[in-house]
Amino acid sequence: MPEIDVRLVDVTKRFGPDVVAVDHINLEVRDGEFFSLLGPSGCGKTTTLRMIGGFEEPTSGLIELQGQDVTWLPPYRRNVNTVFQNYALFPHLSIYENVAFGLRRRKVPDQEVRRRVSEMLELVELPGYEKRRPSQLSGGQAQRVALARALINRPAVLLLDEPLGALDLKLRKQMQIELKRIQQEVGITFIYVTHDQEEAMTMSDRIAVMNRGHYEQLGTPEELYERPTTRFVAGFLGVSNMLRGERLGEDGGYAVVQVVGGARVRVPRERLNGRAAVEVGVRPEKIRLLSAGAPAAEQLNRLDGRILDASYMGVSTQYIVRVADEANLTVYEQNVERTEEGSLHRPGEMVSLAWTPEHTFVIHEGTGGDAGNAG
Amino acid sequence: MSRTSHLLRRFLTPYLLLAPGLLWLIVFFIFPTVQMFLYSVSTGSVDFGYRLTWSFAAFTQIPQEFSRQFANSILYGTLATILTFLISYPLAYFIAFRGGRYKNVILFLVIAPFFTSFLIRTISWQIILGDNGPVIGLIHTVDVFHQVPQNFTFMGEPIAVVSGLVYNFLPFMTLPLYVALERIDLRLIEAAQDLYAGPWRPRGWIYGALGGAALGGLVGFGISWSVPAFAAAGAVLGTLIGGFFVSESFLRVTFPLSLPGVFAGSLLTFIPALGDYVNATLLGSPKTQMIGNVIQARFLESNDYPTASALSFVLMVGIIIAVMAYARVLGTEDLSGGVTI
Ligand SMILES: Nc1ncnc2c1ncn2[C@@H]1O[C@H](COP(=O)(O)OP(=O)(O)OP(=O)(O)O)[C@@H](O)[C@H]1O
Ligand SMILES: [Mg+2]
Repeated sequence: MPEIDVRLVDVTKRFGPDVVAVDHINLEVRDGEFFSLLGPSGCGKTTTLRMIGGFEEPTSGLIELQGQDVTWLPPYRRNVNTVFQNYALFPHLSIYENVAFGLRRRKVPDQEVRRRVSEMLELVELPGYEKRRPSQLSGGQAQRVALARALINRPAVLLLDEPLGALDLKLRKQMQIELKRIQQEVGITFIYVTHDQEEAMTMSDRIAVMNRGHYEQLGTPEELYERPTTRFVAGFLGVSNMLRGERLGEDGGYAVVQVVGGARVRVPRERLNGRAAVEVGVRPEKIRLLSAGAPAAEQLNRLDGRILDASYMGVSTQYIVRVADEANLTVYEQNVERTEEGSLHRPGEMVSLAWTPEHTFVIHEGTGGDAGNAG
Repeated sequence: MSRTSHLLRRFLTPYLLLAPGLLWLIVFFIFPTVQMFLYSVSTGSVDFGYRLTWSFAAFTQIPQEFSRQFANSILYGTLATILTFLISYPLAYFIAFRGGRYKNVILFLVIAPFFTSFLIRTISWQIILGDNGPVIGLIHTVDVFHQVPQNFTFMGEPIAVVSGLVYNFLPFMTLPLYVALERIDLRLIEAAQDLYAGPWRPRGWIYGALGGAALGGLVGFGISWSVPAFAAAGAVLGTLIGGFFVSESFLRVTFPLSLPGVFAGSLLTFIPALGDYVNATLLGSPKTQMIGNVIQARFLESNDYPTASALSFVLMVGIIIAVMAYARVLGTEDLSGGVTI
């Protein structure tokens, strides 16, 4: 079992009587992990991070850092550093002094400060920038300085609040890779706040998907994408097709669920967890489109429908398929196998949708988001 | 629009914008200054007219005749500036960071005295500090063991003049400080705390005590009361302030970022205080005369234009030199951060 670096026990934060920014969160972040808090605007990501950093005191609950209760410790007594959203570099200090700030407060000897600052600027690929002022840096450079200024203190945990939010898309992608490289190089636990699901997916070891002050599901990017357990998570991480249904019975390792139009869909039994009325889902790219009536392997889930719309998108084609005059399903088909132009399925055409039962996920709505999903 | 006219406009615009100010300066500053200098090197009298003789007699007499008034001006001006700063900084800090929705109300209260005339406000201090006023009354009430002599007085003493100056120039210090502090991004302070900037202890105690003692001593000296007593009181206050109120984030971030306000505020206080004569006239006595009193008397009472002009000229040049030196000191990187205290 890896060591726990940060533990939040039942943490709640209220602002005034009406606003509950963070609502009874329990969280364990492991040593050396890249952990993301992902969620829409206003869901309490920043507030959670600020409580870990010590800028906000929880209304109730407990925060532990490496086993020590830090709930009431001020920021300067916590072995945690923050990369602020708009960098918050000290405008009156040179880059050198910005980066050296934490070491100076800790009375590190000058010589060591010098060595470590140049080491850090090396790490973030800004050697030779010591004498500049923050106002003389580009956004990406300021971002790196902010990172260097925090990392130089070798904190147990680094907190990052949308650190790439102000950068343009291309620089963002580049910095994502860079951040990940630096994290692996220094081996420090990162807690990363973002509302960009792609960013969270590509960088994180684990993600907590937050909504309205708590997290709905916590797991590796793959778990979250392949087996979301709430409608919110399914919708927030990419596109998904949801089908309401009722459990009919079992068939080997599978539960059989009757969905729209009486069709039967099989789901790995343990995912259903004994429920009777359920909602199942499948990601658009898991579905294969077959011409109506074409033979398909016995074990596949299968629905019949009519194409409503087809949009060619270069890499893939997106189809909207109407099933049993009740539900619209989205299907992505890679454009690998098509060899001639105009061989798309056309609107109005009858088709069959097929996918493996393992790709079917089950929504656990109503059971509460925090129910032990820690992968 | 053609390219030439565009270029012409770009070229002319700054000058056009400058024009009113320049005109103002020429008419009301350059011209009188030249005139004043010419008077200072003239001889004669009002009745028989002044002739430009290029005589520097008016200047050469200054060290002997007026050094005491100059010294008073510098001393009271400096004291008033330091005291307004010490009062204004916490005030401006409070308004900027804790004012909340009362910000504007408090700011209004700070400038409210300006709705009354400068003269009236100063005269009211005669009542406040007067021998039958509330302050003396309070002192005698508190003084149950009769340690304070019955003829104890503020009026005519340096403390009255300095009090008047501090009161009258307080807003000139508070407002620039407020503006500078208000602009500071609170996240910078959080960033400093995140980077281990905590309380300024134990050094705050030591530096606070030393700084407090020095300032207290200066105040005691300036108002010609007991230097050791004031130094001791200053040391106690300084220790408390340095240990409990000044944090490293304040020292390293907030204060350096407020330096433009400190600079502006102290100039706006020091320069007019240096040349002021109203406070010394209404609250002081002959021994607290400032250079402004002399200039005023020479110009308006004895019509000794050369001496009055020479004094004004020296005062002006002195102020310019002092301001330039001050700007140099406050403008350096050492003061705005970097060095470790
Ligand atoms: N100081 C405060 N006073 C009152 N309400 C606050 C305060 N800070 C945050 N809130 C409220 O708490 C909720 C959570 O805010 P928080 O800043 O944590 O959201 P977030 O997830 O970081 O959003 P974003 O992605 O927009 O940054 C919001 O509804 C916000 O309005
Ligand atoms: Mg936020």
